[in-house]
Amino acid sequence: MTIILLIEQVLNGIQSGIMLFLMAAGLTLIFGVMGLINLAHGSLYMVGAFAAAAVSAATGSFVVGLIAALAAAAAAGAIVEYTVIRRLYDRDHLDQVLATFALILIFSEGTRFLFGSFPLFLDIPAAVQGPVTLPGGIQYPLYRLVIIGVGLVIAAGLFALIARTRIGIQIRAGEADREMIAALGVDISKLYTLVFALGAALAGLAGAMVGAIQSVQVGMGEPVLILAFVVIVIGGIGSIKGALVGALLVGLTDTLGGVLLPPLFGTFMGAASAASVGSALASMSIYILMAVVLLFRPTGLFGEV
Amino acid sequence: MKLRSIILAAGLAGAAATGAIADGHGGKVKVGMITTLSGGGAGLGIDVRDGFMLATKGNENIELVIEDDQRKPEIAVQLADKMIQSEKVDVMTGIIWSNLAMAVVPAATAQGKFYLSPNAGPSALAGKGCSPLYFNVAWQNDAFYEAGGTWASENGVEKVFLMAPNYPAGTDGMTGFKRTFKGEVVAEVYTQLGQTDYAAEISQMRASDADTIYFFLPGGMGISFMKQYAGSGVDKPVMGPAFSFDQGILGAIGDAALGAKNTSHWSKDLDNQANQKFVADFQAEYGRLPSLYAAQGYDTALLLMSAASKADVKDTEAFRAALNEADFASVRGKFKFAPNQHPIHDIYMREVVKEGDVVTNKVIGIAAKDHTDVYGVDCKM
Repeated sequence: MTIILLIEQVLNGIQSGIMLFLMAAGLTLIFGVMGLINLAHGSLYMVGAFAAAAVSAATGSFVVGLIAALAAAAAAGAIVEYTVIRRLYDRDHLDQVLATFALILIFSEGTRFLFGSFPLFLDIPAAVQGPVTLPGGIQYPLYRLVIIGVGLVIAAGLFALIARTRIGIQIRAGEADREMIAALGVDISKLYTLVFALGAALAGLAGAMVGAIQSVQVGMGEPVLILAFVVIVIGGIGSIKGALVGALLVGLTDTLGGVLLPPLFGTFMGAASAASVGSALASMSIYILMAVVLLFRPTGLFGEV
Repeated sequence: MKLRSIILAAGLAGAAATGAIADGHGGKVKVGMITTLSGGGAGLGIDVRDGFMLATKGNENIELVIEDDQRKPEIAVQLADKMIQSEKVDVMTGIIWSNLAMAVVPAATAQGKFYLSPNAGPSALAGKGCSPLYFNVAWQNDAFYEAGGTWASENGVEKVFLMAPNYPAGTDGMTGFKRTFKGEVVAEVYTQLGQTDYAAEISQMRASDADTIYFFLPGGMGISFMKQYAGSGVDKPVMGPAFSFDQGILGAIGDAALGAKNTSHWSKDLDNQANQKFVADFQAEYGRLPSLYAAQGYDTALLLMSAASKADVKDTEAFRAALNEADFASVRGKFKFAPNQHPIHDIYMREVVKEGDVVTNKVIGIAAKDHTDVYGVDCKM
């Protein structure tokens, strides 16, 4: 394996981590602030992708599609919070899982009802198509670099929002003690709707960005949702910083595991069995990572007790 | 007097009806279709159903019961029990996935029901597990891959990079390709089932010295891969089985798929009368281009109707013989059954092209003539 290929794979790992971060940030915010397990987060990701695909097909502009994705996911999030989620804050996690699982089914079949069973077309805008040559002669798709850039901007924006703004203070206070901040006169239900819509918008943005290089289809959110849960458990529930670090760790482990493990096993066993054992172990690698992190830091890397 | 003549008339009518059945005409057939209509992969089941219903439209001798298996084996088994025991169907069909077929087909044929497969063709049912009541109207699972290997060997492909998901259909497919491919396999990568990001694999492809990429990634996986591959700047030609370049998928990939070669037993531009009628009727009825799954559903219904017009389904031996004749105009042109009741048919090589605004497939040649599977030798019946 050449050094250039290795660098390319590290970039791939970072890029996949950033995509996960967009998803995990909203999830960890909702979980941290409201203590709510939202399985339907993947559905909001799907809503974003479908809105982007439908609107950019109608208008011919990816940027308009992206804005539509943000708006549609945030609106879907706010509506869901207002009608369903609101009733679940006082229930235990099992009720929340059950109700939000029902939401997954409703969103999936609703989307199928509206858009049909066939995957939609969403292409990356012409301006960022094709590969660019990086220093060292590495060819890398421009759009993936754009995803890394957008992810970092979002991360910076979220840090600023949490650390520097009044809403950020309220969110942090809500995480620490929700009765107290309600007693101090903050309209807690409005705050919750806002946080939920923000988390949903982030998921929608991720869906639209990622949808352009993947398949926009019903059920696209669920595989990412599982990874996003792994990310926030590794990073520490409720921590944006944890979500970023966790996402990068998971992205790098997943990518490099898949690339390095099969040849590694190939050094001492037959090619065919090395390929299957190596790929099997590579699929397990992120869960092994999670287990190891939890062994040493039961609350995650940046989680508070 | 009046009453008497009515009774007489009724008696005559009854005699006429039984006469018709004895004659082999007009016997009704109740068909149970279990297919995937919701969840991931619903597009395939919907196409099979629509193709089947297009062919049986207006035929009053076919009574159809349709159920959705949600792509779950346990649900498919429950539905099969219900269809056999309470619906009392004569013939079953519809299953898309090999693992569901393995769960349902042996049990159904053991209970004396005919099963016509419109899609899945697991090797076990073509070889040792074959049954006199099981007919595969689609293909044995390896067909497209073996034809792909043959075509690649004959068309100057020397070094190939193989990629498939790490599950039985993926590894079987690659085995099928290697069975007929004479060149060198420089790398063989098995990805996670349901993987959505292929950046790491594309980097490996770029670094490898393969001259062609051969991959099997059904459904959304193939869409994701093709979009990412097109944006990566790697310019090695890609090949695969038709499942990755089906009409339902091409619309979502768009121009990124242009030029890809894929093997199929059917294409909408095949020049035969049955196919032209099918493509035109399907578009008129449903407003979209048919896929190969729709073609298979259509062929399955044609086969069933051809047998039903010759024999009564209650007479198992006669009905089986009628099915075996395959006396119908298949949309794929030539079609007949091998001794293990799997198809003998030509497998074509297609190329993805643009016709006006629509991305679709065009036949560029025959990849394997009169192809049949290698498992039939193990079939004893």
